[in-house]
Amino acid sequence: MSKRRGIEASAAVAEAVAAANVDVIAAYPITPQTHIVERISEIVADGILDAEFICVESEHSALSACLGSAAVGARTFTATAGQGLELMHEVLYVTASMRLPVVMVVANRALSGPLNVWGDHSDVMAARDCGWIQYFAENAQEVYDLTICAFRIAEDHRCLFPVMVNMDGFHVSHVVEPVELLDRDAVASFLPPNRYPLPLHPDRPVTMGAFAPPVLYTECRTAQEEALRATFPVIKEAWDDFANRFGRRYAPVETYRLDGAECVLVVMGSFAETAAAVIDRLRDAGKPVGLIRLRLWRPFPFAEIRQALSNARIVIVCDRSISYGGPGGPVCSELKAALFGHAHQPRIVSFIAGLGGRDILPEQFASMVDRATEIVERNLPVDYEIIGVRQ
Amino acid sequence: MAPKQDAAMTYRDLTIGNIVTEPGSAAAYRTGDWRSQRPVWDKNVCVKCGRCASVCPEPCIVHDAEGYYEADLYWCKGCGLCAYECPKKAITMVEENV
Ligand code: SF4
Ligand code: SF4
Repeated sequence: MSKRRGIEASAAVAEAVAAANVDVIAAYPITPQTHIVERISEIVADGILDAEFICVESEHSALSACLGSAAVGARTFTATAGQGLELMHEVLYVTASMRLPVVMVVANRALSGPLNVWGDHSDVMAARDCGWIQYFAENAQEVYDLTICAFRIAEDHRCLFPVMVNMDGFHVSHVVEPVELLDRDAVASFLPPNRYPLPLHPDRPVTMGAFAPPVLYTECRTAQEEALRATFPVIKEAWDDFANRFGRRYAPVETYRLDGAECVLVVMGSFAETAAAVIDRLRDAGKPVGLIRLRLWRPFPFAEIRQALSNARIVIVCDRSISYGGPGGPVCSELKAALFGHAHQPRIVSFIAGLGGRDILPEQFASMVDRATEIVERNLPVDYEIIGVRQ
Repeated sequence: MAPKQDAAMTYRDLTIGNIVTEPGSAAAYRTGDWRSQRPVWDKNVCVKCGRCASVCPEPCIVHDAEGYYEADLYWCKGCGLCAYECPKKAITMVEENV
């Protein structure tokens, strides 16, 4: 039913696209996502996947082509990174508001300037409010599994939203790892054919993307917001069904060694794997620390986060981007919003690290725990700190 | 979005992605709501050349029983093109008293 192979995470994404029997791919190569489109174009050219690969001249066109393809009911995929995601920005919102089930993998990359092709979360954070379902994969296996799940979630008639699967540029995208690849029949049993309810068709004319004047715009936005929130159980159901069939379980908020943890690290993306190793070491040394890996970013899992932090005294959030002139890291401010006004109020400490491809080393996670404890115990007036800045 | 009932629609009435399923429904959209001036014809000057009707962007200028022209105010948005283009200056734009 499945085979295990050592492949690059980007190639695993291409394998997921082939296994999902995607109809249309429109994408523009950009580091560190290039290997994904490169491999998909080979798979299509070799006849392994019977799909239309549309070469476009920019990411704005890539997503526009995907929007059109999803509108006729074709299973549609694209991938991008960093500046490419920003060039798509306008169409991101349109795709979500038109409720078109496009799936996109983003190999997260820092934004210019200064020019930097390496990984951080600036790109996805700039697209945070575009209305897509957004989640994170931490390794090659996860990005393979979660890309397949993305089609099922996006195309589900209770959902019908585009889905963005994030993986860290280079730290995941360019790493060769063992990946268990599913065969197409197994994927087909998990992933029913795409049947968009109101596709563009000459026999049944419809207008898509009509304008909404002030008398309607608020209603359109309310409907979209309510519908996005309502995708939460659909996402969980797809992940649970995937676990039951294939044995790998995913959840909106994943916890690690939280039993008795007074101090909890919250990490989104692949550095959660490094953090988990540090948690093991600190636990062995008798420190009551635990880890939350935040998988689902939109819709934000407010209740699950509150539940997971219900016994924490200190919460450390490690962000990989800056909200300039704002409250520090965007994940941290979301967490503060989730906890504000609720009975249990742990102290929240915000750190920013891993910008523009810089590693977050195990000892840096360990020192975050010490520093957060110091900030809380001495009640230091610190909004947030950036880790490892030479000063 | 069925434009006829725009103001009465709740957010629950909208289709997925606000898709319009009724072809030609743009005709129901009352562009007359935008109007701050209306065109008024002077039949003593008009020579029935029809230029006003051909330039109207809506197009909402129709014949009356005698073959003169008039605007259907459901759609007339008060743009003033008809008055501007009339070779006889037979059309005057008059302020709407709201
Ligand atoms: S353009 Fe002027 S003259 Fe010609 S039909 Fe219209 S109102 Fe009459
Ligand atoms: S004002 Fe504009 S919309 Fe109204 S009748 Fe004249 S041309 Fe048509």
